[in-house]
Amino acid sequence: MKILVVGGGTGGTIVANNLARRLSAEIRARKVRLTMLSASDRHMYQPGLLYVAFGQMTPDQLYRDQASLLESNIDFHVDPAVTFDLDKRKVVTKSGKTHEYDILVMATGSRIVPEQIPGLAEGAHTFYSEEGALKMFRRLREIEEGTVAVVVGVPHKCPIAPVELIFSLHDYFKSRGIRDKIKIKYHYPIGRLHTIQNVAVWAKPEFERMGIEHETLFNVKEVDVENKIVRSEEGTETQYDMLIAIPPHRGMEAIEKNGLGDGGWIPTDRYKLTMNGHDNVYVLGDTTNLPVSKTGSAAHFQAEVVSENIASIVKIGIPVRDYDGKVYCFIEAGHDRATYAMFDYLNPPDLKSPSKPMHWFKMAYNQMYWTSVRGLL
Amino acid sequence: MSDTKIVDARDTFCPGPLMELITYMKQSNVGDTLELLSTDDGSGNDVPEWVDKAGHELVSNERVDGVWHIKVRKAK
Repeated sequence: MKILVVGGGTGGTIVANNLARRLSAEIRARKVRLTMLSASDRHMYQPGLLYVAFGQMTPDQLYRDQASLLESNIDFHVDPAVTFDLDKRKVVTKSGKTHEYDILVMATGSRIVPEQIPGLAEGAHTFYSEEGALKMFRRLREIEEGTVAVVVGVPHKCPIAPVELIFSLHDYFKSRGIRDKIKIKYHYPIGRLHTIQNVAVWAKPEFERMGIEHETLFNVKEVDVENKIVRSEEGTETQYDMLIAIPPHRGMEAIEKNGLGDGGWIPTDRYKLTMNGHDNVYVLGDTTNLPVSKTGSAAHFQAEVVSENIASIVKIGIPVRDYDGKVYCFIEAGHDRATYAMFDYLNPPDLKSPSKPMHWFKMAYNQMYWTSVRGLL
Repeated sequence: MSDTKIVDARDTFCPGPLMELITYMKQSNVGDTLELLSTDDGSGNDVPEWVDKAGHELVSNERVDGVWHIKVRKAK
């Protein structure tokens, strides 16, 4: 049995490590071969980019060597998949090597595409890349007064990030003693402050307490970089001195080029996590087209289901459980408080008041993540 | 005339039905019709509000057995 995991991010790494342990006897007996393809020899803890953007972490703290995170019985290649032939069960990589498989795991993730909105890449700061986060921090250090506008592209990874960003901006400018000279204006695509109703209800009085201006039903249409104006599809505009964007995302190019899914998102069964029409292809994390948050947390919970089911198929011939839509997201409510949102397909999040211990737990999780991707937590 | 594409956002809290619809609208061509399925009580009002403000066309809006079926045509 050949199992091929494509993608070395959170989801792919947890699946591979989990399978490596569950199937260690079968791999040792050469009944199973477990292979991983990744585009990079490094693994980034992406949530840490928000801290880099506020000078609370340095980029080197976000990385580990991918090979160091993997069980030794995983055949790991830094060689991204380029061509997928699902009928012949083959994947061809950038180097030209062909990998055959019996079970394929698609965990290729997503990418930011600010260039899809005219002027956004040139005019807006973002913390969704190492380079962008550092540039944003330099600008935050420089600015002394004016309007900081936050806009949100659709779809985007980590739906809680826009709210966390606002709390962090408020605390950052307060700590610099210039909060009264900075106007923070938040723009959001739908008709409330956050897509999760409970988060929107909680955020509103918090935003009012902090003096955050807000405009809803604002989908970014274009940025006039020269005149520092951001305009919406809905016909409104905001003048800014510093613009920060949660950029729109797409799935990876290889997914689109191979015709596996519009926008790079693969059509996926929301319970089985298999690609529609292909029961031997599992899909998880940002790669799916599911109406589930694109977060490491969702990828983590999906990875546990995928690896348990694949191991069961090897051992008893059938999968054993469904994904229930579970997601757990920390919500940093500034630089010293946090709360969380936990929900699944049927149960909405029940938001608790932010607290310091929850912030400390998030700080601890920033380190515990490396245990998590090893499939141990 | 394009076929109607179904956007199944039933039983989702995040990113939520309207955010899902906006995602698929961005991927669609002018003239395409999308049908959003939602179990969110607020969708019957939230979605038409956005469709109106964004300048698209609301084709139909009905609730059948607890599920909103909202058809929207991309106008620009």
